[in-house]
Amino acid sequence: MQLTSSSIGRKILMAITGQAMVLFAVVHLLGNSSIFGWLNGGINAYAEHLHSMPLPIIIGFRLALLAIVCVHIWFGIQLTIENRGGRPQQYAVKSTQKATFASENMIWTGSLIALFLIYHLAHFTFQVISPETAALKNLVPLHNEMVPNVLGMVVAGFKNFFVSFIYAGAMVALFLHLSHGIQSFFQTMGWSCDKSQPLLVKFGTLVALGLFLGYVTIPLTIFAGILKG
Amino acid sequence: MSDHKTMTLTLIVWRQKNANDPGKFETYTAKNITEHHSFLEMLDCVNEDLIHAGKDPIVFDHDCREGICGMCSQVINGAPHGGQDRTTVCQLHMRKFKDGDTIYIEPWRARAFPIVRDLIVDRSALDKIIQAGGYTSCHTGGVADGNAILIPKPVADEAMDAAECVGCGACVAGCPNGAAMLFTSAKVSQLAILPQGKGEAATRVKNMTNAMTECGFGNCTNHYECMAACPKGINVKFIARMNREFLKAQFA
Repeated sequence: MQLTSSSIGRKILMAITGQAMVLFAVVHLLGNSSIFGWLNGGINAYAEHLHSMPLPIIIGFRLALLAIVCVHIWFGIQLTIENRGGRPQQYAVKSTQKATFASENMIWTGSLIALFLIYHLAHFTFQVISPETAALKNLVPLHNEMVPNVLGMVVAGFKNFFVSFIYAGAMVALFLHLSHGIQSFFQTMGWSCDKSQPLLVKFGTLVALGLFLGYVTIPLTIFAGILKG
Repeated sequence: MSDHKTMTLTLIVWRQKNANDPGKFETYTAKNITEHHSFLEMLDCVNEDLIHAGKDPIVFDHDCREGICGMCSQVINGAPHGGQDRTTVCQLHMRKFKDGDTIYIEPWRARAFPIVRDLIVDRSALDKIIQAGGYTSCHTGGVADGNAILIPKPVADEAMDAAECVGCGACVAGCPNGAAMLFTSAKVSQLAILPQGKGEAATRVKNMTNAMTECGFGNCTNHYECMAACPKGINVKFIARMNREFLKAQFA
């Protein structure tokens, strides 16, 4: 396989790892939406369900995600550096017909998402940003047992304007990144033709918009006081 | 000619003596231009004035001047071939401009296309991609009956759509990454679609895409600027097809 060396091979690696993360983002949003109460016990029950899985599954899943993120970032940076060299001197007049703000700034929206990811993990996974509301330290009763209070931690976090602002800003970057990335996946895998390509662009933007709206609803409703702990 | 209104235009043209010269923009005035002039004829007029004034004329590539050879190669106001849909520079007419317009004229800009002089670039990198596999090497024997290999019309049409590529390099010039994916994909597809080309499809796509990288072209990031720049309307579906051919070739 010329996956890691060739032009198209690395493009395919970017596409597959990117799409895997899109799938993760979809499942993550579905899980998070339990905060709105459709699951008996809300997000605390969902978190407990995830954490009660066998340890090897949890560790394996996290390592796989880490590997996917690393491959995507590594080749993303490598290809961007190569591509910047593809046209060493820019035109005096910039005139783009098809390229979009999103397609031209993948490296920057991607970098913002990566920075956000570090913050997000420190905030809700390792719970070091505001230790006093850390879910692992504040147990609440659920179905006759004591479980971490994820709801309390999330609500306390998003009551803060700056925290909500960071999350909303990161979701704008995610929307831009995916509005180019999703359609790009189909083109790169060769699952596209002249008839489907414009539709795939619309589909990708729609999925990106759906994820954006879904994700920002959580900090927004908490900050507005609609969703309470 | 006296019946026609004439235009006066300001041209800001890239002048560069050779590949090692840093190059710079020079400003010229194009006078007495009618709407019937093609863009290249307008440059001819400017060059006549320059020659009469004892100055170096603007050097540019051109050949057929009827939109089929792919020699003319100018980026006009930031758009390869001037940005008019499916039009080469020679078929771009001055009726698309207004009296008093300022027009920037630059050469194709890409690492793989070194500037030879002014608006002429060396496009032999595209030939190297063709040499890497843009052919079939099966024995043809004696003169074959024209209808010996039956090809359904839609298949022949699809191959023809890819074969429309004239290799002008506008796709590379338009691509922010200086990638030659649209060119290479058109050549790969044109042969992979037809029965005579299928036999070598796997080695062809590997060799041609390798040559693409070796020549210094960038990688594709699906901006689709190439498709907008292409004077022959080559669709990015051929890039998707080449990606498919590449994936298939890994298991061939």
